[in-house]
Amino acid sequence: MTIAEKQKEIVDEFSFFEDWMQKYDYLIELGKELPIIDEQYKTDDHIIKGCQSRVWLNAELKDGKVLYSADSDAIITKGIISLLIRAYSDESPEAIVEADTAFIDEIGLKEHLSPTRANGLLSMIKQMKFYALAMQSKSN
Amino acid sequence: MEVKTFDIEAIRRDFPVLDQEVNGYPLVYLDNAATSQKPTVVVDSLRDYYLKINSNIHRGVHHLSQVATDAFEQTREKVRDFINAEHSHEIIFTSGTTEGINLVAHVLGKKVIEPWHEILISEMEHHSNIVPWQLLAEYTGAKLVTIPITDEGELDMEEYHTLLNENTAIVAVSHISNSLGTINPVKEIIASAHEVNAWVLIDGAQSAPHMRIDVRDLDADFYVFSAHKMCGPTGVGVLYGKESILNELPPYKGGGEMISEVSMEKSTYADLPHKFEAGTPNIGEVVAFKSALDYLDEVGLENIAAYEHELLAYAMEKLSTIEGIVFHGTAKKKTSVISFNLKGIHPYDVGMILDKLGVAVRTGHHCTQPVMKRYDIPGTVRASMAFYNTKEEIDRLYNAVLKAQQMLS
Repeated sequence: MTIAEKQKEIVDEFSFFEDWMQKYDYLIELGKELPIIDEQYKTDDHIIKGCQSRVWLNAELKDGKVLYSADSDAIITKGIISLLIRAYSDESPEAIVEADTAFIDEIGLKEHLSPTRANGLLSMIKQMKFYALAMQSKSN
Repeated sequence: MEVKTFDIEAIRRDFPVLDQEVNGYPLVYLDNAATSQKPTVVVDSLRDYYLKINSNIHRGVHHLSQVATDAFEQTREKVRDFINAEHSHEIIFTSGTTEGINLVAHVLGKKVIEPWHEILISEMEHHSNIVPWQLLAEYTGAKLVTIPITDEGELDMEEYHTLLNENTAIVAVSHISNSLGTINPVKEIIASAHEVNAWVLIDGAQSAPHMRIDVRDLDADFYVFSAHKMCGPTGVGVLYGKESILNELPPYKGGGEMISEVSMEKSTYADLPHKFEAGTPNIGEVVAFKSALDYLDEVGLENIAAYEHELLAYAMEKLSTIEGIVFHGTAKKKTSVISFNLKGIHPYDVGMILDKLGVAVRTGHHCTQPVMKRYDIPGTVRASMAFYNTKEEIDRLYNAVLKAQQMLS
């Protein structure tokens, strides 16, 4: 599945929710399920500091695909990370660099990516792309 | 305490902003420690200023300039009366509490502070009452010393008396902690500091909106606060300083208004208060600030304090019944600020759910990172109440916290 297809799948899933509470219940579930980052990566090198919540992110290149793992101390932030990882992980660096985050807007969670939220998510997306870009130039 | 002559319905009508829906729920505004809402009289006053008397103040010979100057100076006199200062020229208008503290720290660095001096602040200070002193210590070589806080969130007064010594030049503490709500014994702090000839600056950002301040009774050397937290406009603050001290200190910023005579070689400075008010101030906002103070006087600060205390007691009683709630700041003397966490849940998540339910609180470290470090927490959820809040709104808070806990556990 391409990133765009995965994003569409997520948008379709969210379209079934009738209100914000169902949506957040789902996000919170996703946050609980997110495979927690390996302890060895939960260091200051991998931290993305938001003013409110903290995010840890690691990226590895395996068989030409980028594998992301991440964690956050706030569960709603973690739920959104889970969506981002589902969309971007296990894809080629080229595809990740090209991809956009419009799907977060479409599922009505745009507010979480606002710089004023200071939850580290916006910086995390930048960092995901930055890793992909670095891996792209390495593999070229 | 029974509150008489306090018509909450009438008061709420004075604050149109409260009457709106957020995310489909009636707004419950409990972020008053960050900024207060503004009554219609203040907005009208600001509007009137710009529509009827806008003009630059001081030295203008024309009519409007005179009217604007009078209005501006009336606020100064009102502030003097409001905090019981001796002279109106002891009232310096700033852009806010932060600028007031920076002003004092900066000018003390120019003249007063020596490398052997000690600057005494506390662990519960807002960053704006920490960083200016760190900068001062950095460029003068003076030593910055911290009064620790107890588990309850009170100043360790025993330690304070131990730390105070003849090298202490200035003590800077908050009257009320913005993240814990603790009311500090500032009168005692000031009296002890004066025994070793140290000056005291009181950060009154959280106290001025909630209690009667009497700078002469406190014998404060400097007292700073912000208009926007007391129903006034943003961009206006007050620095009170004793005349004798302010006269001794050099100016802060250079510019128009603050000079007496200027030649290309040297200038002489204007008298108080203008010495510290370079440039065109926020005239309209200062003028409207008077309406805010008149309004607070009309409601009565004593009524406000009593009603808010009632709200605090009610909120504590309700919230205490929630299993797994942990309060941060349980001082004996407190204002209507409640900082808490739910066990195992990040404060940011709680704040998100509360917002979805129309309840506006603040989450995070509240610009007091040392306090968060002291209690080893990433932040707190802070509900801060004002005199226009109601018990029904506390019920809404309570129900929203329960809902958040249920969703997030």
